[in-house]
Amino acid sequence: MTDTTAPRPRRKAFSVRTMPGFSSIAIVCFLALYAPIVVIVVYSFNSGNSIALWEGLSLKWYATAWQNDAVQEATIRSVIIAAFASVISTVVATMAALGTTHGGDFRGRTVIYLLINQPLMVPEIVTAVALLIFFSMIRIATGYSGLAYLIAAHAAFCVPFAYLPIRARLEGMDTMLELAAADLYATPWRAFRRVTLPLMAPGIVAGAMLAFVISLDDVIITEFVKAAGQDTLPTYMLGQLRRAITPEVNAISTILLAITVILLTLFFILTRKRSPKA
Amino acid sequence: MEFLPARVDTNRIQPASRKTPVPVAAIETRQISKTFGSGDREVRALDHVSLEIRENEFFTLLGPSGCGKTTLLRLIAGFEAPTSGQLLLYGDDISNEPPYRRSVNTVFQSYALFPHLTVAQNIAFGLEMLGKPKAEISRTVDEMLAMVRMEAMAHRKTSEISGGQQQRVALARALAPHPKVLLLDEPLSALDLKLRKEMQRELKRLQIETGITFVFVTHDQEEALTMSDRIAVMSAGKPLQIGTPREIYDRPANRFVASFIGESNFLSATITAATGDVARVRIGGGIDMEAALPAEAPRSGKVTVAIRPEQVRLVEADAADALPATVTDTVYFGTDTHTHLLLDSGETVVARFQSTLAHSEERANGTRVGVQFWEGSVQVLRETA
Ligand SMILES: Nc1ncnc2c1ncn2[C@@H]1O[C@H](COP(=O)(O)OP(=O)(O)O)[C@@H](O)[C@H]1O
Ligand SMILES: [Mg+2]
Repeated sequence: MTDTTAPRPRRKAFSVRTMPGFSSIAIVCFLALYAPIVVIVVYSFNSGNSIALWEGLSLKWYATAWQNDAVQEATIRSVIIAAFASVISTVVATMAALGTTHGGDFRGRTVIYLLINQPLMVPEIVTAVALLIFFSMIRIATGYSGLAYLIAAHAAFCVPFAYLPIRARLEGMDTMLELAAADLYATPWRAFRRVTLPLMAPGIVAGAMLAFVISLDDVIITEFVKAAGQDTLPTYMLGQLRRAITPEVNAISTILLAITVILLTLFFILTRKRSPKA
Repeated sequence: MEFLPARVDTNRIQPASRKTPVPVAAIETRQISKTFGSGDREVRALDHVSLEIRENEFFTLLGPSGCGKTTLLRLIAGFEAPTSGQLLLYGDDISNEPPYRRSVNTVFQSYALFPHLTVAQNIAFGLEMLGKPKAEISRTVDEMLAMVRMEAMAHRKTSEISGGQQQRVALARALAPHPKVLLLDEPLSALDLKLRKEMQRELKRLQIETGITFVFVTHDQEEALTMSDRIAVMSAGKPLQIGTPREIYDRPANRFVASFIGESNFLSATITAATGDVARVRIGGGIDMEAALPAEAPRSGKVTVAIRPEQVRLVEADAADALPATVTDTVYFGTDTHTHLLLDSGETVVARFQSTLAHSEERANGTRVGVQFWEGSVQVLRETA
């Protein structure tokens, strides 16, 4: 019998890398993305007053930013808001993820998904305007005008970012483990404390970090919701840019960038799939 | 030798007399049914199952995939609630108890070890949940580690040990709280053949050592025959026959059991006389023999009888008391050789010989032979022909 399955010259699988001009387009894209950032970082170490002329290496602008009361205040405010917002949104997201992955099949689950992910889909400017109007109604009714509005707003739009890694973690979890815990005399609460929670912890930490970064860097909603004198670091920078541009902004940007890169690196380490051991 | 139970089970030796109180069953199911889904997508996984599992026994649920073995085990563990019927643990109705209040532990097919805990912490889990004192927990964990020979691995993560070792940890974890009943759902199916044989012996040893009632699920008939005290053969959500491996193999009650466990020849026969559990049958219109007659089987008229291939004997074609037949095929299986025969009545019979004997029993295709069956090998089946 002749072998009809003898190796025939096979066509190479399609790969975008073999397309003409792929590498040049890729290089242009990366340049467009990263060249401006590199410029900002480099010029943050400029000793001169200009943001366009290089005059020598110095940490002068970092010192200036550090001694600027407005920058200090905005930084502290940003961190407070991001800390509260990430904790609140992570708690909400954890409960939502448990409900959508462990609540069994229930009607309207798609609606719940949509509701949780709403901030990702509705244009941010629309949310911002809506929150502005809503909060000003509360402000008039209660007379309160503290940071709680900003915290509430940030917590709300951070929920889907915290939700995604937590849900991914829960969906990858062996559901048999919770049965095994119940089988070994763990009440539902103890099974949660001793098995589910420790196993989902990396997802929760990752979600909280993502929420923190997202909150730290928000401009649009903050700009609309903040009261006078409630600048966060990004809105302070925006305000500075409208007046005079100094390399101080470069220095602050570089620090923000560094914080974000560090947190996102940790995030990827936490959400990375452990390579299964044989 | 280690297969012999350490304790003598007096119930099994003497027929239970009226005077001795009947011991309460470890597990009793009363008319348990379980349906999944509803409407035209309804699946009846268990259909009015009533059975008793005795204290200290190695009880096996055997049946093809989808017959409801896992569902029955999950009901006993408490992961599912029965649609109807009752489940009793030592006489107490536990149908509505959650799993964490049943003194029943499970060895999962996938092991389901806690990946964030070490081997020792996994084994300690159940004891901690039961609120045992620290000293007792560490003593029991050490005992369990020794029992499954995993002392050296106590502080490893469960991802850092082999499949066979994970299996042993899963066993130790389930045995540590000393449950009244241990449930095992095809625990050996993920292991390769050599390791599986080793674990079969190991399981049997652990069952005898601990004296815990084991309910073991498998679709492997050989595994069931070698390990069990009693077997329930299941099909389509119902146990068809419950008995010792010998009873199941030698006295299959119906066609399904006879063909699922080992191989069988099925021949039509007529009952000419019946007394108690013995019948006189005329097989293939030619020979008269005594046959075992199970309860619920018809006691007269046409029936089907089952005869194991190793119980078939070939004699001279013109011998008296033999069914005339022609050899149609001979198949070599290593230790065994199968001879396929066509009876003159039109029915087929397979005879099995040890290959070492085969040269004396082997016949060329087309040879005329007489077919006989060894005394005591004929079994009347419950179904009418
Ligand atoms: N959760 C479930 N939902 C729907 N059908 C199920 C479910 N669990 C089991 N079944 C059905 O019940 C029957 C028995 O299943 P199972 O007990 O797993 O069989 P076995 O363990 O003997 O292979 C099968 O037809 C299976 O499809
Ligand atoms: Mg199964």
